[in-house]
Amino acid sequence: MAREPFRITRTPIDPEAQKQTLIADSAGAFVGFEGWVRDHNDGGAVNALEYEVHELIAQNEGEAILAAARERFAVLEVACEHRVGKLEIGECAVWVGVSAAHRGAAFDACRYIIDEIKRRLPIWKKEHYVSGESGWVNCADPTLGAMSSRDRSS
Amino acid sequence: MVEVTAKYFAAFRERAGRGSESVATNAATTGDLFAELARRHGFADPQMRCKVAVNDELVEWTTRLENGDVVLFFPPVAGG
Repeated sequence: MAREPFRITRTPIDPEAQKQTLIADSAGAFVGFEGWVRDHNDGGAVNALEYEVHELIAQNEGEAILAAARERFAVLEVACEHRVGKLEIGECAVWVGVSAAHRGAAFDACRYIIDEIKRRLPIWKKEHYVSGESGWVNCADPTLGAMSSRDRSS
Repeated sequence: MVEVTAKYFAAFRERAGRGSESVATNAATTGDLFAELARRHGFADPQMRCKVAVNDELVEWTTRLENGDVVLFFPPVAGG
């Protein structure tokens, strides 16, 4: 299997530069998705985010997801970059791009890739709240004896 | 009885207060070991929402443990 253009990065993502790598004469459509750091989650005001990763497994899973997208959809090029480390509000945390002859396959493949990225990659998100507290998104807080209020996939 | 290294990530690491530890266990599978360590450290996430890897490859909760395995426990993921 050829290496797929999936990357984990600790520096800012440049969506425009990424997009240039997907250009093809036979492409009639490009769909891009950017996941941004927002200033709130489930009612809590968020200052910053910290992403932790198991890099080797995330890389392998990311490449497998892109390869699967190529098999399932009539696309020309696919690519994805996920940032880790500490991010500020408004920064791009993940970028997905797809070029295809027609828009239907481009939309479908882009949706598939981001959904699989969120479901499969060993990446964890710690939110730092304005209140000074912090919490891991999607994880149960045992001190609450049940799922925390932050237990929700976004 | 096997001796393995357990490694914890993100919320699990913070909860356990360590990134890894050596474990001598009678657990036969990754799932059995997770149950044992979840009890020890107070991990509250159900197994079905977590993932496990052995020697840097994702595996099933029914995978049998072997002496010297490095077992990685991943709490619920939240990429994107």
